Amino acid sequence: MTLTLLLVWLVKIALVIGAILGACAYLIYVERKLSAYMQDRMGPNRVGPWGLLQSVADGLKFILKEDVIPRHVDRFLFILAPCIAMLTTLLAFAVVPFGPTSSDPKEVQFVIAPGIDVGIVFVFAVGSLAVYSFILGGWASNNKYSLLGALRSSAQVISYEIPLGTSILGVVLMSSSLNLERIIQSQADQGLAGWQSLFGWNVWMQPLAAMIFLVSALAEANRLPFDLPEAEQELVGGYHTEYSAMKFAMFFLGEYTHMITVSFLFSALFLGGWHFPGIAGAGSVYTGAWAIKVAVLLAKVAAVVFFIMWIRWTLPRFRFDQLMSLTWQGLVPLAFLNIVLVMVVKQFGWPVWVLPIASIMLFVGAVAINGMVLQRRMRKQRLAAA
Amino acid sequence: MGLAGCRRAVAKLRLVSRFEEAGSALENQSAMKAEDVHWVDEPTIGLWEAMYVPAILGGLATTLRHAFQKPVTQEYPEVAPDLPPNYRGVHRLNRDAQGRVKCVACMLCATVCPAHCIDIIGDQAPWADRDKYPTKFEIDELRCIYCGMCEQACPVDAIELTSIYDLTGVSREELIYDREKLLIIYDQTKDNPKDPIRTTGGTLGPAAKILGAISPPTTNTKC
Repeated sequence: MTLTLLLVWLVKIALVIGAILGACAYLIYVERKLSAYMQDRMGPNRVGPWGLLQSVADGLKFILKEDVIPRHVDRFLFILAPCIAMLTTLLAFAVVPFGPTSSDPKEVQFVIAPGIDVGIVFVFAVGSLAVYSFILGGWASNNKYSLLGALRSSAQVISYEIPLGTSILGVVLMSSSLNLERIIQSQADQGLAGWQSLFGWNVWMQPLAAMIFLVSALAEANRLPFDLPEAEQELVGGYHTEYSAMKFAMFFLGEYTHMITVSFLFSALFLGGWHFPGIAGAGSVYTGAWAIKVAVLLAKVAAVVFFIMWIRWTLPRFRFDQLMSLTWQGLVPLAFLNIVLVMVVKQFGWPVWVLPIASIMLFVGAVAINGMVLQRRMRKQRLAAA
Repeated sequence: MGLAGCRRAVAKLRLVSRFEEAGSALENQSAMKAEDVHWVDEPTIGLWEAMYVPAILGGLATTLRHAFQKPVTQEYPEVAPDLPPNYRGVHRLNRDAQGRVKCVACMLCATVCPAHCIDIIGDQAPWADRDKYPTKFEIDELRCIYCGMCEQACPVDAIELTSIYDLTGVSREELIYDREKLLIIYDQTKDNPKDPIRTTGGTLGPAAKILGAISPPTTNTKC
């Protein structure tokens, strides 16, 4: 019994890791194609039909390239840093459900470690370890550019963790659980029938939290418009300036894995996970329901990934001070106000439709206050100049 | 003092006067009036712009629209580019109706050529309808700037630029095209719709007719 359980786990882990790494390779291809289409180009089309073997060629290139370890680096930490980058993002996948789960232990659980009650906390705990890879990578490179890049990236990631974690608390309060599987379940069980059950998703209940989560998640995953580590033109790259070949590829894969993790989390927390009205509900018991649910969840994840890529090829990069002021002056206070709002609604038992309206009003109010502050500052500057 | 010293003194004088001119120009500049200065303030941002979200959505719409547009890429080696009919590529020397070289070795193209890449040696023509013909006609295709002035200068429309653009060679000598090679290019390109023969078959072209109207052509009796 224990042996079969162990085997099932091992198979699951191998499948998930293989799927994620394969998906990473092909996400790079998809991203290059998307960027090409958005810029009226063709994209990679030389290797294989429609360039489909481009990812294989890229992987081979990364493996066969000379792996330079400069003489002045701290060898152990230099090698350790990319390993941490990969490891932490892959580890977070242990609790992320990629399909339906149930309390019945005899059924197949579509999660590597089922029934972890602090699931979301585990994801954040492990995910925040990724900052070690930035600091160690930059410090071990023994190079001023890398060190400054590491400081920049670690400041960014640590700052954005606050609104990221805080925006989730509202969702956790609504479903009264830290377990990702149960958060999905609670979105599916809102007591709404038919297509109206679509509005059980947290993205409708808490649009502000969803926006804060998405923005901070982009910064956490070092994606544009917050990809300062990759700003070669302005900043001579970041902490991975000295890295080449497979070690650079590991940072790269870590970044893409992070994007997949974030998309899974966004789908699970805000888009109702495997739930879709008319196709897959909480009570769907027809044969093959699990396959439909996995497909629905994967489709949602793919949509979020597409959205993140779409954002990347649309918006320009932030300046570092804009990046920091956005989180500390914008997202952090808004996220805290959002929790207070959810707490008030829950405490006084107000109807749920108050939540979206109030959170949109919060956002508009914050923008108005920000605008007034900015205008006053501008007026002062003009007076000082005159 | 000598001549050299004298020249140096004159140069010095010139230099001084130039400095004075520059100084007075600078003074004029500093005398800019206050009403000429325009301060431009930052535009005030309203509530709608300050939300950023509408602007971001607008940007997303733009990129999505482009994603569904046809790419502008030219897949060059596989798909040949669609050249305009007046494209100026490699030269050719046209033949007349009898298949002889049309050129009358008048040297107009070599004279007008800004790159001096055309080298012609003319001789008594063996035919009755013209005085001279080129025994040597060489164009250095590497030196040519493809301006098309030779084509415009030619009174008998003998030299024309074709739509051949992919000119390659492994040495400089190889790309000096002689008369025979230029005639071969005519044979190759005369049926290409992109390289129409711009003159009428047997005659020497409109310019020759005008010349004939002014002074009737002297028939060369020496064959």
